[in-house]
Amino acid sequence: MRLLRWFLGLLIIAAFLYGNFFCYQGAIFYKLINVILFCTLFVLFRVLFGPSPADRIIAVDILGVLIIGLLALLGLVHKQSFFMDIGLIWALMSFIASLAFAKILERRNLDD
Amino acid sequence: MTLQTRSRIFVFVFSFFIWVALTSIKDGQEVVAGLIVAFIVSSLAGEFLITSEKKQHVVRRYCSALKYFIKFLWEMTKANLHVAFIVIHPYLPIRPGIVKIKTRLTKDSALTVLTNSITLTPGTLTVDINPEKNEIYVHCIEVLSSDIKENTRTIGGKFEKLLTEVFE
Amino acid sequence: MTREFVGMFFIMLGIMFDFFGVLGLVRLPDIYNRLQAATKCVTFGSIGVLFGVFIIQGFNNFGFKALLGIVFIFLTSPVAAHAIARAAHRSGVKLTPGSVVDQYQDDRELKE
Repeated sequence: MRLLRWFLGLLIIAAFLYGNFFCYQGAIFYKLINVILFCTLFVLFRVLFGPSPADRIIAVDILGVLIIGLLALLGLVHKQSFFMDIGLIWALMSFIASLAFAKILERRNLDD
Repeated sequence: MTLQTRSRIFVFVFSFFIWVALTSIKDGQEVVAGLIVAFIVSSLAGEFLITSEKKQHVVRRYCSALKYFIKFLWEMTKANLHVAFIVIHPYLPIRPGIVKIKTRLTKDSALTVLTNSITLTPGTLTVDINPEKNEIYVHCIEVLSSDIKENTRTIGGKFEKLLTEVFE
Repeated sequence: MTREFVGMFFIMLGIMFDFFGVLGLVRLPDIYNRLQAATKCVTFGSIGVLFGVFIIQGFNNFGFKALLGIVFIFLTSPVAAHAIARAAHRSGVKLTPGSVVDQYQDDRELKE
């Protein structure tokens, strides 16, 4: 049963990679950006179906780190450097948000 | 020159350098704005960076910091290959648990760097720290033994010697 | 030309490790294991992407922003992971049933 589920997941990933790298006609940067967007789908799965609140907090924290790489690649495609500013601010806000959520989860006050 | 003034001057130069690197400078107004911002930053929060005298010489400390950084990068690459192997294995070969290790470091900055390194190296994650007894609780993805001395040697001992040279 | 080749190599390496980390976030059984896989691999992956962007761009302000992002991720990502792990343990999330030892729980029970 477990092996079957593993094989199913392998099939989905292989289908995505084949479609992205061999069928989709586009620049190489857009193919790489598609891979990061596929990763974001996994993170959103954990946000939606995470059994406990802590799982959702982890997923949002990881999403912030993934977005920096995505925005750096977008800036490289469009040859604009202000995408990197957005990425840095996003990472800062996500770090502060995960610290605040951790404090709320621990049932302490925010000025502690 | 007291320690606080030295720390303030260091923060001033550092923040002005970051301003120059981030804005592509075209005329003199941006330089003046950068000087004003660096002065505000160093007068508000400048005295917290350097707080104590170090015993060792500067060149030797930077040499050990470089050595530490190279070792840390190697350990981090190993950690990522380890995690990638576990994740794509169909039966997930893990034996998780939380163990306790001891440390000899006492300064806050050294402890922060040590715990961050433990989090990013193979199979370990810092959960909590007990500053009175100098103990760190570490979550391992593969527990090898439950003995404190053994775990201290295998988990924290790789970095402690170099970190005492850097931060003392 | 060589510079772009080396940069693309680092970007591809980073995206590959991003993917493994997010896969670990979905597959592993409890919060602490998920946090380990996600923090290590996603941090390394985003650092790889940003370093590749820095190599391609060189020393202009885009490259410096990428370097600042690397330092920022190095400092903040393990701290957020540590805060979430401690909050999860204190709010009563149990370890997975196959766990071997939990000395943190023993010490906390001893104190109370």
